[in-house]
Amino acid sequence: MEKFTKISGIAAPMPMINIDTDMIIPKQFLKTIKRSGLGVNLFDEMRYDDDGNEIPDFVLNKPAYRDAEILVAGDNFGCGSSREHAPWAIKDFGIRCVIAPSFADIFYNNCFKNGILPIALPQEQVDILMNEANKGANARIEVDLEAQTVSTSDGEVIRFEIDAFKKHCLLEGLDDIGLTMEKAPAIDMFETQASAARPWV
Amino acid sequence: MSPKTLYDKIWDAHLVHEAEDGTSLIYIDRHLVHEVTSPQAFEGLRMTGRTVRAPQRTIAVPDHNVPTTLDRAKGIENPESRIQVEALDKNAADFGIHYYPVSDIRQGIVHIVGPEQGWTLPGMTVVCGDSHTATHGAFGALAHGIGTSEVEHVLATQTLIQRKAKNMKVEITGKLAPGVTAKDITLSVIGKTGTAGGTGYVIEYCGEAIRSLSMEGRMTVCNMAIEGGARAGLIAPDETTFAYCMGRPHAPKGAQWEAALAWWKTLYSDDDAHWDKVVTLKGEDIAPVVTWGTSPEDVLPITANIPAPEDFSGGKADAAKRSLEYMGLTAGTPLSEVEIDTVFIGSCTNGRIEDLRAAAEILKGKKIKEGLRAMIVPGSGLVRAQAEEEGLADIFIEAGFEWRLAGCSMCLAMNPDQLSPGERCAATSNRNFEGRQGRGGRTHLMSPAMAAAAAVTGRLTDVREMM
Repeated sequence: MEKFTKISGIAAPMPMINIDTDMIIPKQFLKTIKRSGLGVNLFDEMRYDDDGNEIPDFVLNKPAYRDAEILVAGDNFGCGSSREHAPWAIKDFGIRCVIAPSFADIFYNNCFKNGILPIALPQEQVDILMNEANKGANARIEVDLEAQTVSTSDGEVIRFEIDAFKKHCLLEGLDDIGLTMEKAPAIDMFETQASAARPWV
Repeated sequence: MSPKTLYDKIWDAHLVHEAEDGTSLIYIDRHLVHEVTSPQAFEGLRMTGRTVRAPQRTIAVPDHNVPTTLDRAKGIENPESRIQVEALDKNAADFGIHYYPVSDIRQGIVHIVGPEQGWTLPGMTVVCGDSHTATHGAFGALAHGIGTSEVEHVLATQTLIQRKAKNMKVEITGKLAPGVTAKDITLSVIGKTGTAGGTGYVIEYCGEAIRSLSMEGRMTVCNMAIEGGARAGLIAPDETTFAYCMGRPHAPKGAQWEAALAWWKTLYSDDDAHWDKVVTLKGEDIAPVVTWGTSPEDVLPITANIPAPEDFSGGKADAAKRSLEYMGLTAGTPLSEVEIDTVFIGSCTNGRIEDLRAAAEILKGKKIKEGLRAMIVPGSGLVRAQAEEEGLADIFIEAGFEWRLAGCSMCLAMNPDQLSPGERCAATSNRNFEGRQGRGGRTHLMSPAMAAAAAVTGRLTDVREMM
């Protein structure tokens, strides 16, 4: 997995609440058997018209935000299905960090498996970053995972919370299957005990 | 010993390892797999030379992409869909996991097949790369959706890295009024708590109204825990649960059944257990409901009028404005005057036999409104067979419904069952998101009985008028 340490990039504002996984990547793109190549279809139904032409008003189609690396969004981002195609599409587009007042659990978890940092902040602080993002390409936001800070170009520094284990895995780009496999003896022991206690399972 | 919730008990019984910071490794008893969220996980195993640790605990069935038309034996036309289903055929064979292919009468929606075959049992941990895995919580199993990376993790290790969620109790007291169903309960809860109300929690549903539900109804309630933000919803097992499980192909038998039963009877929340959040609804207050917007929290009784954006505050006002535009609705219009084009009865929320019986009860001897498109998609081949045996299929066909083969179908429209732009659908599924049932499609969620009533009148209808 790609490491996440520090990024400094353009932030795109998407103030809508309840941005769901069907919006992030509609179902017709779930038919792939690969993880790559979904960025072009990120937010497909908001981004393109029926003929496949770009909708100029959509934020990621605006010249200032085409290279956005950060997304600042409304409450409950990523609600809906468990499709990991959502973070795959976000990452493939080039976005490495999503900032919102809250995230749906499964989406939040999926981000960490793909080198994306989701940051939950109080609404007032998201509002500050949303204003910053609205300034366009000139307003770069810096995200420092080690320091757990988001900084604006005006020098505002906002601290965020993150689970220590998830932070460690993201900073080091760790494959958690490998980590778990090191615990194979504990899994073996559990299986032995559980099959004695609940043989019908 | 300190008092525990049902969730605490199942968690403790599956804890393999807990680090000092609370990061835990949880053992998974059942891993359900479908074709959409698994190919990349199996590919990951191949690339790293890993195997499936417990193939005997892994059950696969194709459901999202499969055609539901009667001619599906001729194969899947869409090449990408076909490749995904073929990949599952191959992965199931290569890794030696249990499999119900499209041609098997037991094939169906993964969340209907699991319980039907007795794979899902009380006290288990159940995961699937699908958010509606919450369905299995109806058995008092800890069941939730996972992403594809976690699917790969479970395949390789039979465990999942988790942090414990908080405990939330949703109590539905008293009795339901006639015409009110499990779907109305679960939608009403989401209407009250919002789609993020359960984020970070595992919900336990309890109370007299929940106890009175059949297993089918309980599955409907737990199925939509995720629409309320909770990864998992639970209902403590009782005699209704045990009766449903007994005799299922993969349920324990004989002495093992007795041993299982003894443990299952300990699976309830202790009286003085700690709850981080409690929500209570009176069963008598719940009405037949429909959704009007593009979030499952946009729930109102069928007797209400469509709200205005000004009725909401903050980001929800903007969201409501966008929803009304998308849905093509005007504030103030009675919901019961909204005309529909299509009716979809099916999905992992409402594709079980009881759902079909409820629809048939309304449709018996009636015809659907002329010009309407209406389909019933049973949740599994066995549900379909049972509905035919009970004469329900004849009622549907005579009423003018298409009687389909099993699959996810128009719930998420990955197969050819889709809405066209602007097409308005009364649906028994679980999500009314923009584009969910097809680009530009307009979804109103409701119970099977309400969808059947809408099919007869051609508009959103209070089912109580037809009872």
